[in-house]
Parts: sequence; C-alpha cells; structure tokens
Amino acid sequence: MLVFILFFLFIGGAVDYVHFDSFAPGRPFFPLATVASLGFAAFATLTAYYGGGDIILSSLGAEKLNLQIPEHRELHNVVTEMALASGSVMPRIFVIFDPAPNACATGTNEKNFAICVTSGLLALMDREETQGVIAHEMAHIRNEDVLLMTLVSILLGGIAILADWSRRGFYSSRSGRRLSGKNPLVFIPLALLIAFSPLIARLLAMAVSRQREYLADATAAEYTRNPRGLAHALEKIRDAAMPFYKATRGTAHLFFINPLRRSVDDRDGRLADLLSSHPPIERRIALLYRMAGLPSAAVDRAKLEGANIGRAETGS
Amino acid sequence: MIFIIWAIIFVLGIWIISTYNGLTALRLRIQNAWRQIDVQLKRRYDLIPNLVETVKGYMQYEQDTLQKVIEARSQAMAAKGVKESAEAQTALTQSLGKVFALMENYPELKASKNVLDLQEELTTTENQIAFARQYYNDLVTQYNTKQQVFPSNLLAGLFGFKPSELFEIAEAEKALPRVNLSLSR
Repeated sequence: MLVFILFFLFIGGAVDYVHFDSFAPGRPFFPLATVASLGFAAFATLTAYYGGGDIILSSLGAEKLNLQIPEHRELHNVVTEMALASGSVMPRIFVIFDPAPNACATGTNEKNFAICVTSGLLALMDREETQGVIAHEMAHIRNEDVLLMTLVSILLGGIAILADWSRRGFYSSRSGRRLSGKNPLVFIPLALLIAFSPLIARLLAMAVSRQREYLADATAAEYTRNPRGLAHALEKIRDAAMPFYKATRGTAHLFFINPLRRSVDDRDGRLADLLSSHPPIERRIALLYRMAGLPSAAVDRAKLEGANIGRAETGS
Repeated sequence: MIFIIWAIIFVLGIWIISTYNGLTALRLRIQNAWRQIDVQLKRRYDLIPNLVETVKGYMQYEQDTLQKVIEARSQAMAAKGVKESAEAQTALTQSLGKVFALMENYPELKASKNVLDLQEELTTTENQIAFARQYYNDLVTQYNTKQQVFPSNLLAGLFGFKPSELFEIAEAEKALPRVNLSLSR
C-alpha cells in the first residue's frame, strides 16, 4: 500500500516536472498536477463511496432475507454468530439469486455494512462451511478493507487522470517549448513511465487486493478457530467452477472468490499472480490447512510447490 | 533547553492519556462482551423447556436424560460469579449434547419440522455462546497483557486497573470435539 502511494506521488511529480516545470528554479514550488488529479479522483470516488454499498447492492440484484426459508434463517444465525465472534454489530444481510457460489461484503461504516451471499452458495455449503465464508466477509469488514480499496481506487483514478493529461499535453503545441532545456536522459524515461503508469497502477492495486484476501482468510480462521470450514468451502467452490455474470471488473475485489474467474486465476506462478485480484484458490486452501496443522492432500500438493507457498507467506 | 523539557512533558502526557483511555475502553468492551454472553445464555434457558416439551412425547425411554437437562438448567441459572457459572454452563452444555446425540436414534424426530426448527435455534445459540465467550476471552487476554507488559504496566498499577477473569472451560469439555448438532443433508 505504501508502495502504491509512493508510486502515485512519483508519477505526479514526473508529470509536474515534464509538463508544468514545477521543479525548475525560479518558479513557485507547487506540484499542481499531483494535487489537482488527486482532488478530481477523490471527488469521483468519494461520491460513490458515500452513495455507499447500496448502489453496488442494487446493481447486483441483492434481495433481503426471507426468514421463513430455513436456509435463510440458518444464514441469519451464522452471521449473528460471526458478528459475536468478531465483536462487531450485526451487518445487513442480502441474498443474490444466482447459482454461482460466491459472497461479498460492502459498506463503509458500522451502520451500513452489508454481507451478500448467492443462493448458490447457500445450497452448496453446509453450516460449517457457510460459517467460514461469512467469517471471511466479516474479516473484510473488520480489517476495513472496503475503506482501503476505496483509497486504492482514488489513487488508481488519480494516476489515470495524470496519464491522460500528460498524453494530451504531449501533442499540444506548447510542449515543444517546454521540452527545450530539459535533459533528455531524464525526460524520455519519465515520459515512458507516465505512459505506462495506468498499467503499473492496476497491477499494484491487484497486489493490494490479494494481500487483503490472505489477511481475511487468516482473520476468518481466528474468528471461527476452524480453518477447515473455510478450506472445505474453497474446495467446493473450486470444484463448482461457474462464472458469476452479475459482477463487473469494478466490483470483483469485493467478492469471496474472483467472480470473473478467468483461467489465469487457477494457475499458479508469478505471471498469473500479477494479473488477478484474488490469490489462487489452491494456495489459499493449502495455507488454511497449514493453519489447522492438518495433513491433507492439499498440504501434500503444497509441499511440491513449497517455493510458491513460502513466497506467499513472506510476500504478503 | 526549556523547549526539550516541554516536548518530553508533552509526549509523556499524550502517552499517559492514550494508555489510560485504551485500558478504560478495553474494560468497557469486556463488560459489554460479558453482557452479550448473558443475553445468549438467557435465550438458551428459554429454549430448553421448549425442547424438552417437544421431544418428551417421542423419547419415552430417555426421561432421565431430559430431567438432567432441566436440573442443569436451573443450577446454571442460580450460579454466581465467573467460575461457578462457567462450571454450571459446562454441565448444561454436556447434558444438552447428550440429548442431541440420543435424538439421532429417533427418526420420527428428524421428520418433524418443529424439532428441526428448534434444533437450528439451539445450535446457533450454542455457537453464539461459544463465540461470545471466545471474544470475551480474547478481550480479557488483551486487557491483562496490556496491564502486565512494560511500559503500560506502570500506568495500570498507578490507576488501579485489575486483571479480569478468563472464562475457563473444564478439561472434560475441551477433550470432546465440538458437537455438530445439525442434521446431515
């Protein structure tokens, strides 16, 4: 996360240097582009933020619980249990009628937190596994991941704006004048970096999101004292591969497993890792089994991939 | 020179205030967590007579076990203090577990929607009690640790913070795996 902020400041500074002459002697020192882009992005994101999870929820087609249905009552009970275990207030609960097993958490403060579960998940999981999934979502709430991801999208938006300005400024007639007097050895790499910055920022955002997934898994195990439930839930979801069409790229990071579910998510390795908002399911399962101290097929497989697991632990 | 002294006093003041407030907040959260457990326990007390009434007709040969649940319930309701109530609650949990195990022998019980509903209610209540205790214990551990580690122990002693009591579970209950009350689907 710190890397992300530093990266943003660096790109902002670079744009200021290249296009606004901010750091040249004899001009007032003010990183205009950095401040302005951050302002724009913050405004756009915060409107969405305070509009709150409700926009997201309605876009997903979430509906309130019907306590007459036994499965819904069980869900309500499980959420109550996890709210107690984590010491937070009871979140609002919604169900999305969709066969794909998945869950998500939104909301920005204690009053408007909401947990959302698909009917597919309810049908597939037993009580213990549902508990694991709900604990994971509760962990996202308690770790303030929604807040964090909002900050991430502000920075992401800011960088996009900066890169945009930079590209326009480059073709405008005034830039020729600005370029003179600058060292090309500094200028050319900076321009390239600015051009590629939206891509790099997106990769960084993915990395932050993956770290929070590992953290939420660990926190969930702390709440339930039963990492096995969550591990079984992940195994079931892995075997029931099904994309969740209502989710979009913008809401993907909110979910329990990556709803877009491209084949890249199931592969293990450095490149696949870079491109996904969620860690590979296989590795999450292996880590949970390791927390439980259990010998299992997953752990055996994990030993074969020992190097990868080690990286996951030290890297996050 | 005078500036440095003021700075030190300022930092000290901030530290004292934040430590004191942190400890007080924890103490209040512990009290609240304790009340949460009470709420769940009360709910269990209310549910037990219901359960006994419902299954009594089916379980002709288990009247002793049911009677024991009723006794354990009234003992638990009368218990005072953290330790005594912990023991009484453990006994109640165990006797309830026994009833649930016996219920497996009566297929007609599983067919009754009433019983299933009650069972789900009791399952969640049992879990809620367990999780509320777990949270309580986590808070108490945090609170007691803060009182004993340097440097916050200096202030804890000065302001008279006392360590809280953990909710201990008897060895017998620990040895048992957590009872899964839900019926297999």
